[in-house]
Amino acid sequence: MKKLLSTLALFPLCAIAGPAVEAAEKQPLNLTAIAMFFIFVAGTLVITWWAARRTKSASDFYTAGGGITGFQNGLAIAGDYMSAATLLGLSSMVFAKGYDGLVYTVGFFVGWPVVTFLIAERLRNLGKYTFADIASYRLDQKKIRTFAAFGSLTVVCFYLIVQMVGAGQLIKLLFGLDYPVAVVIVGVVMMLYVTFGGMIATTWVQIIKAVLLLAGGTTLALMAMSEFGFSYETLAQRAVEVHKGGLGIMAPGSMLADPVNAASMSLGLVFGIAGLPHILMRFFTVPNAREARKSVFVATGFIGFFFIVVCTLGFSAMVIVGTNPLYFVDGDLAGKIAGGGNMVAMHLAHAVGGNLFLGFLSAVAFATILAVVSGLALAGASSISHDIYANVICGGKADEKTEIKVSKIAAIVLGVLAIILGIMFEKMNVAFLVGLTFGIAASANFPILILSMYWKGLTTSGALLGGFTGLISAVTMVVLSPSVWVTVLGHETAIFPYDHPALFSMPLAFMVTIVVSMLDSSAQAKKERAAFDDQLVRAQTGIGAAAANNH
Amino acid sequence: MSNNINDRIRSNPKYRELAGKRSRTAWGLTALVLAVYYSFMLLVGSSPEFLATPLFEGGVLSIGVPIGAFIIFFAWACTGLYVRRANSEFDRLNAEIVEEARK
Repeated sequence: MKKLLSTLALFPLCAIAGPAVEAAEKQPLNLTAIAMFFIFVAGTLVITWWAARRTKSASDFYTAGGGITGFQNGLAIAGDYMSAATLLGLSSMVFAKGYDGLVYTVGFFVGWPVVTFLIAERLRNLGKYTFADIASYRLDQKKIRTFAAFGSLTVVCFYLIVQMVGAGQLIKLLFGLDYPVAVVIVGVVMMLYVTFGGMIATTWVQIIKAVLLLAGGTTLALMAMSEFGFSYETLAQRAVEVHKGGLGIMAPGSMLADPVNAASMSLGLVFGIAGLPHILMRFFTVPNAREARKSVFVATGFIGFFFIVVCTLGFSAMVIVGTNPLYFVDGDLAGKIAGGGNMVAMHLAHAVGGNLFLGFLSAVAFATILAVVSGLALAGASSISHDIYANVICGGKADEKTEIKVSKIAAIVLGVLAIILGIMFEKMNVAFLVGLTFGIAASANFPILILSMYWKGLTTSGALLGGFTGLISAVTMVVLSPSVWVTVLGHETAIFPYDHPALFSMPLAFMVTIVVSMLDSSAQAKKERAAFDDQLVRAQTGIGAAAANNH
Repeated sequence: MSNNINDRIRSNPKYRELAGKRSRTAWGLTALVLAVYYSFMLLVGSSPEFLATPLFEGGVLSIGVPIGAFIIFFAWACTGLYVRRANSEFDRLNAEIVEEARK
């Protein structure tokens, strides 16, 4: 054992013996990773400086002037969706559970085609800066935008917490920095991107990171697969031999334990994508519906490819990481993975590519968090400035310069808030927040968005009541669920038996919206229904849609 | 004026053709992709032993793995199908409608 420990000490990158820890342990400074990360940040700040000089109008700030091509936007969307949570979380899930992780990954993907078929082009044709533009197109601007801002900001804040906490722990582990220092770095760099560079900088940061992540992930998968002669059968045989799940890792297992929870989760994942404000916002950065469609096709391709890569990483890690005591706390193969359960992909990188490759992948993971956090902050800031300030407070007559200023201030406030929340939640288990985020997006934002696009009968009171029903019921169910009521709050038994609310809260939101709309016989409701035909013409043909402004 | 354009567009039979074709394609493909995905989930729930069947005789890699990858590929191919049709046929029709309305 002593020998083993001294060997371990030679590798600065795996947690050195100590008490079993859930949270990431602080590591000695990893200079390769830090150097690569600084190169990334320096490069992207140059881009931000360049973008700041081109950001003049509100349209530049919110949507990069609509001048992003379909392919570029596709990469940026893929970048938004391939967060560090997907690289690290999904690969670790496959590593731990085998086939069940793969089933989850498929569910994480399958909402994209739905976005392509039903949402992308209408979104582009009807909206300008935020998805509230569409939801409030023929309804009461002030009320609907207020609701949409609530929905967007709730999703943005919860997702920000997930990313900040993840960032802090990852950086602590990989770079050897203190947790609060790491969180502050992420917050400050993000504020720089968003306030100076707006959507142009945010998009380019996202594109660069997406390319790095795809390249890094693919290289890692190829290096890992080369140990199995590039044969999945060989990999499977070795994995079955060494994994404690045995043959069970080749078929669904634990997911069967609770089919209702699994169904609820998959519903939230599939329809939640179409309610994530930072993803929806990307469709306004392309010049027209045609490019919007193209961008989802490109994004879907990259995301699908990346997910297959991530599954491959999870399975190969079973053999390469799972049999190497170096990557376990105390070198105990039956014990916990060093550095917390989410570090499997990082250990794999170290195992097949050494410190240099690990440094590269760590820098990419850090960059990923930075880019995703920036996209979220920009979406939240536009919701505050465009929906609340310009349209609710100023009644649509806001001065463009002031609107941008409000947006920048909002971004800074969100950044500070993200830093504070990130530090507050350091010790909390935030895994449930991902489910909550998708659950809320699917239950509050998605029903109102899709009904406003496709259902003539939708009225303001229906949308308002239904939307808030979805939002409040989803949050309530999660608070009363086992993962919050029992795990976080420490009660004995959960009041609501499932972790994922969408199966119940999404139909409820639809039902309330539809029933209230149908019962609404006010004069305003009649006008709103009558306005649908004109809205439909624009949705179909794009006549009158905000045009691109080319630089 | 703009209402005038909208009225002219609505009375154009090509507009109805476009709206009909587009919604049939979009909803049809949505239904198809979701049907494939939820059949897969049903299979996961009802017969995990089927998904565990080895892909090669005497091997351990189960057919569940390529099936999962296939669903990702299939869903992507469907978006490709839609985008291709929308960017050629629908956009052509659309351009004609807009031009006729502006005359």
